[in-house]
Amino acid sequence: MIRRGRALRAIPTLLRVGVAETVAYRAEFLVWILTTTLPLVMLGLWTSVASEVPFQSGSGKPYSSADFVAYYLSVLIVRNLTGNWVAWQVSEEVRMGAMSMRLLRPLHPFVAYSMSHLAAVPFRSLVALPIAGALLISSGASVLTREPLQLVLLVPSIALAWLITFSLQFTLGALAFFVTKTMALLNLYFLMFSLFSGYLLPQDLLPGWIASAAEVLPFRYTLGVPVELMTHELDGGRVAALMLYQLAWAAVSLAMALWAWRLGVKRYEAVGG
Amino acid sequence: MIRARELAKHFRVHKRPPGFSAAVRSLFHRRYETVKAVDGVSFTIERGERVGFLGPNGAGKTTTLKVLSGLLHPTSGEALVEGHVPARRQTELLQKITLVMGQKSQLIWDLPPADTYELNRAVFDLPRAEYRKTLDELTGLLELGPLLGKPTRQLSLGERMKCELAAALLHQPTTLFLDEPTIGLDVAMQLAIRDFVRSYNQRHEATVLLTSHYMDDVVALCPRIIVIDAGKLIHDGDLRGLIKAMDPDKRVSFTLTERVADEELAKIGALLARDGVRITLRVPEREIPSVVGHLLGELRVVDLAIEDPPLEEILRVMFGKAKQEAAP
Repeated sequence: MIRRGRALRAIPTLLRVGVAETVAYRAEFLVWILTTTLPLVMLGLWTSVASEVPFQSGSGKPYSSADFVAYYLSVLIVRNLTGNWVAWQVSEEVRMGAMSMRLLRPLHPFVAYSMSHLAAVPFRSLVALPIAGALLISSGASVLTREPLQLVLLVPSIALAWLITFSLQFTLGALAFFVTKTMALLNLYFLMFSLFSGYLLPQDLLPGWIASAAEVLPFRYTLGVPVELMTHELDGGRVAALMLYQLAWAAVSLAMALWAWRLGVKRYEAVGG
Repeated sequence: MIRARELAKHFRVHKRPPGFSAAVRSLFHRRYETVKAVDGVSFTIERGERVGFLGPNGAGKTTTLKVLSGLLHPTSGEALVEGHVPARRQTELLQKITLVMGQKSQLIWDLPPADTYELNRAVFDLPRAEYRKTLDELTGLLELGPLLGKPTRQLSLGERMKCELAAALLHQPTTLFLDEPTIGLDVAMQLAIRDFVRSYNQRHEATVLLTSHYMDDVVALCPRIIVIDAGKLIHDGDLRGLIKAMDPDKRVSFTLTERVADEELAKIGALLARDGVRITLRVPEREIPSVVGHLLGELRVVDLAIEDPPLEEILRVMFGKAKQEAAP
């Protein structure tokens, strides 16, 4: 209880320092924003294809250019709010021994990293979100959902997507305790994320087996679900199921992250120094 | 209090010969070797003691400090620091200890040290008034004033080290693990840090375990030294006792006003060094009064110093012996 109270009291300062770190390098900050714009490329590609050939999903739902615009701009927004690179950071700090300094502080690194990444979210979104929002309202608003239930659940869904992404990334980073270099694993993660999350294609346009796999894998719940809540008309049962899956994956991925850390930190070699 | 009993830390290390073909072979077949970085070390350090931890490179000093500060889990044996098992990294322990590593930084690289201090205040849950008082005190003692607002990456090594010390001591730990805290610093800065550590130890009755390649640090700060080599403890005791046991002879250094032949000097003591008229002789302790009398009476001497042999020399002999004994 005391420890939890201490962590809670530390949060405002952790966020303040996180913000200061985020804005320390202005040029890098802008370049990073540009790297999150892959959905805009996909948007350009698919809207031009959809203007030539009529598209429809496996369930028979037609996809117009406006649908693609709404989908990919929603992807851009959700990705900006939930994306992070903590796996790379944890992995490098373990490999280079810089983790030692974090371990000397009486605060679980999961909390320290998460606050530092949360602090970056508003700044990363500073440029991308207003542009995406404006474009979405001007060209794709007609296909955005107006379902009150979906709109209400959008905020918790994005929060859960963030937690799942962060926890999975933290787990991958903690694997550095076991295999030292995890870059290949990170690439594999990004490949699977791109395929199964809805980052490259909406889930209902994916081939059957990939769509089925996406249903049970965690990636869809890191991006696809909030995007679908924004862009699809879903019935109440489906919304409840998606939210429950998302909640379950949040619990599982958080448990995995803490477990991987607990096991891994015993193998830490604290190189250098 | 710090206690280590039969403490051991072994690492499994991948070994391969140099070259391209060995690199390719290692993809399919890897050879591992167990390195005994710390191999059954036992000692107890009481509260308020200042202990120098010495050994050649790779002797296991830093590994021992990392085990004692909870960064590494020991392979076997026991460690107890301030009544806690370090590997558990309990908040109560982390609140009482600190580890300063000369080659690792806890300061946030892109931000001024003041931000790291603020972060530590929050993480260590320090009351603001107490934090402010400690920071003011450290700022005064270490002359940090102009450095607090400069990004860490723009600080010189000496400036950074002073800021590191402050970051490590903000929570007023009572056990200090200092691993090469003066590495790369100029003499003035080394002296400043040495004085600071001594005064911190006295004011807080803090236990200090120090490793340093600068023997002057150890001689000036640590009445007791622990020496390890190849992971094993080879000496634990007071510094003067070690020097006496290893080399009881004194070093007599003096400057002559005119040249004297080596043969003449050899009658007084063993000639260790000669730089023109600056001479260093090795003389048994019991002969010191007669040698000094002779120097002052018979030769023209402008200055005279009688010292213990340098610790570096003692350790060189000691590590050489340990190596010979370990050889098959």
